[in-house]
Amino acid sequence: MSFIPNTDADRAHMLSAIGVASTAELFHDVPKDFRFPRLDLPAALSEHEVLGQLDALSRLNAQGPQTPSFLGAGAYNHFIPAVVDAMVSRSEFATAYTPYQPEVSQGTLQAIFEYQSMIARLTGMEISNASHYDGATSTAEAVIMALNVAQREKKRVLLSAGVHPQYRAVVRTYTQGMGLTVTGDESTSIGFDQLGDLCDESTACVVVQYPDFLGRVAEPAQLSGLAKRVHACGALLVVVANPVALGLLVPPGEMGADVVAGEGQALGNHLSFGGPYLGFFAFRRDHIRKSSGRIAGETVDQDGRRSYVFTLSTREQHIRREKATSNICTNQSLNALTAAVYLTALGPRGLRRVAELCWHKAHYLASRVGSLSGYSVTKGEFFHEFAVRCPRPVSRINARLFEKHGIVGGYDLGADYPELRDAMLLCCTEVTTKEQIDRLVAALEDCRNA
Amino acid sequence: MPEPLIFEVSRKGRQGVSLPACDVPETPIPSHLCRSELSLPEVSEMDVVRHYVRLSQLNYAVDTGFYPLGSCTMKYNPKANDAAARLPGFAALHPLQDPSTSQGALAVMHSLQEMIAEIGGFYAVSLQPSAGAHGELTGILILRKYHADRGQTGRTRILVPDSAHGTNPASTAMAGLEAVEIPSDKRGNIDISCLKANLDDRVAGLMLTNPNTLGLFEENLLEVTRLVHAAGGLVYGDGANFNAILGMARPGDMGIDVMHFNLHKTFSTPHGGGGPGAGAVGVVEELADYLPGPVVAVVSKDAADPRQYDWCMPARSIGRVKSFHGNFGILVRAYVYIRMLGPDGLRAVAENAVLNANYLQARLKGVYPVPHGDRTCMHEFVAQGKLAAAPDIRALDISKRLIDYGFHPPTNYFPLIVPEALMIEPTETESLETLDSFAQALLEIAREAGANPEVLQEAPHSSPVRRLDEVKAARELKVTAG
Repeated sequence: MSFIPNTDADRAHMLSAIGVASTAELFHDVPKDFRFPRLDLPAALSEHEVLGQLDALSRLNAQGPQTPSFLGAGAYNHFIPAVVDAMVSRSEFATAYTPYQPEVSQGTLQAIFEYQSMIARLTGMEISNASHYDGATSTAEAVIMALNVAQREKKRVLLSAGVHPQYRAVVRTYTQGMGLTVTGDESTSIGFDQLGDLCDESTACVVVQYPDFLGRVAEPAQLSGLAKRVHACGALLVVVANPVALGLLVPPGEMGADVVAGEGQALGNHLSFGGPYLGFFAFRRDHIRKSSGRIAGETVDQDGRRSYVFTLSTREQHIRREKATSNICTNQSLNALTAAVYLTALGPRGLRRVAELCWHKAHYLASRVGSLSGYSVTKGEFFHEFAVRCPRPVSRINARLFEKHGIVGGYDLGADYPELRDAMLLCCTEVTTKEQIDRLVAALEDCRNA
Repeated sequence: MPEPLIFEVSRKGRQGVSLPACDVPETPIPSHLCRSELSLPEVSEMDVVRHYVRLSQLNYAVDTGFYPLGSCTMKYNPKANDAAARLPGFAALHPLQDPSTSQGALAVMHSLQEMIAEIGGFYAVSLQPSAGAHGELTGILILRKYHADRGQTGRTRILVPDSAHGTNPASTAMAGLEAVEIPSDKRGNIDISCLKANLDDRVAGLMLTNPNTLGLFEENLLEVTRLVHAAGGLVYGDGANFNAILGMARPGDMGIDVMHFNLHKTFSTPHGGGGPGAGAVGVVEELADYLPGPVVAVVSKDAADPRQYDWCMPARSIGRVKSFHGNFGILVRAYVYIRMLGPDGLRAVAENAVLNANYLQARLKGVYPVPHGDRTCMHEFVAQGKLAAAPDIRALDISKRLIDYGFHPPTNYFPLIVPEALMIEPTETESLETLDSFAQALLEIAREAGANPEVLQEAPHSSPVRRLDEVKAARELKVTAG
């Protein structure tokens, strides 16, 4: 298959209009010795054959209702109403480009404007951009924004160990050329009080997660207290948040956050083995000129009709080049649209109900697992994930859970947190059933003895 | 009729989706942890559908018409790509599952890594970057770390031609290096004497978009890469325009050391109104250890074993650039495309993309100035919206008037080095009839410009909204609903 409509007759006509004898002549600027290489690739297949091959490969992956999964750790299995995919798969959204010509892109622009409004309300912030690539890069962009707010004069960044380990890794990758000290995440024992102690005049920002990677929900008073101490040093507080949890919990904007970033996948986006997702990014109005990413704004057309356009592009790479606030070019438009359709379909009560169901199921699981001998659930408030100390190495428990019981177990925390060796992170969402939870509990009992 | 904001349609108490009853004993949620209000839209499911369907109808898209947006490669996106990505074994797969339970996904990624390496002439590929600009940042961080490992910390400059996308200097700055602009010569190539003058031991590398944003293949490519290497620098290839030479030449064979591939351009994954994309990065053998990871590796014990795949972090990796493993749903689409086309089909992509662009250039260059019209263009060319008979007409007016003729405008005012630029990229998936009707429209607009310039200056007339007040948007900064 080629998807090329030109016939031989078309090509002959076009070549003659151009004034060359063959299409090969059009490539005469390519160095002769390297022109027309032989590519060692598999021969073309029909659509039917390729889809058959991929269907077979996809079946090698364990997932679906027959394989209950208790994995979360930054990617969450929520129910996606059919209306979400039906809207997002419309060609007019999916096959358009970035809306550079606003007169013929009002659909994308208004949808982004509405997405920004929903994210601002959900996080309790004033402004949201049109999205970043994912939660990790959104967190890194928040750190860079804090450095820019400090005119690049502050060289210290504090990360809580409760921030997703991969997000912390991406912050370090992004900033490796900037001569920073990135610290604070050496141990989970470094709490908000110690982060407040570590924050000083040279600190650009403090980054915490809410609920944190281990599922724990900070007391609002604690987070507000940290915000005050961070602000007293002239630094920004960046809160990485779970947007579904914000359907229920006090939003970071009410607790003094300057930037709220995070992974938006849970809002109607498929797990899709890790991407494409979207990084949401909300902040206070004071910092809008230091922010990164696209922002849609309201205006009028020449007939006075309300309309939408990307604005403040003087911050961006195509205008400012090396002085831009970031190199980001696109956003994750279709994923942001997905989040907006999902939030619209659920509404405030629907989202809150999803969050409450997550809470109840995870707490039921925690109470059952906590009553098993050999397993202990860590203390404190949590949302829909929690750490469990296990009587045997997590890798062995997970292997047996899958092979003997057909269950995908929890995330092994040992690799990221040496102090949590033998602990796994278990997650429930609204799609987890009591029957699946009871099955897991019985299986964990079996794993202790095996 | 303008579509109201979804917040304006909202009525307290309406709901679109029902949720199951709770089947476990409930655990009280401490009230001090809970928010007091959340103002999201409250609408029925039909409200959701009508709102978003109506919004979609305000968009122009590849699936509704010709979209010759230069440098953006708005080709047709085969529907089989999407069908594959939606298979439940891919769409519902959790990224942190044990590799033994996700071998199918790893097999697709491994095969795609190998195919992209072969197509580009590279030794190894990482699929982690999410977009072209993300791939650029990745590539520049690789260059930086490579030099640092050799004690060459004084190599802090990246040479960037003046025809480059703005992302090139921005990515350089983000990696903590300094961008130094190199001018183009009269034929649209890199000015070799200026390049030579800047090649010293402060240079980490050159960022080269080839074909460049004038739509021209760098005529001195081998000389350019040789000079940079001789000065101890590396060459970064910006693969934004790789679709022009797909199957016709391999950048890795011609001195490019690291390059990103825009899977959403060359390999036909839909642009989504501005993402998601994917920006796979390929490198020569010497840089393979620096790739961001994890990448997929074969771990079979011996040849008799069935293939087994696992994650592998390259030894000197710059680190992760993204959570999880890359935009897998986009990777599946690119894989389907490459497998459906095969080596001959890929070459036909470049052949017909270049043919279509040269045909349009030939049809227009007598009426619209084409600064490098004496050369063969590649997949796109840059004309100018300057008409002798209509001195007040600008590229913007011509672009907006094209909307009235049912076409998406070309990229305008880029590249910056061409005044009143109209950058036109037809792609290989458009027919001769479409190209002819587009050329006819531009020729007709040129006639209108002389006879009746107001019709251009007032354009568009037929779109959902007319020209927007962008100054008001920036001044008032209303970026959320009230």
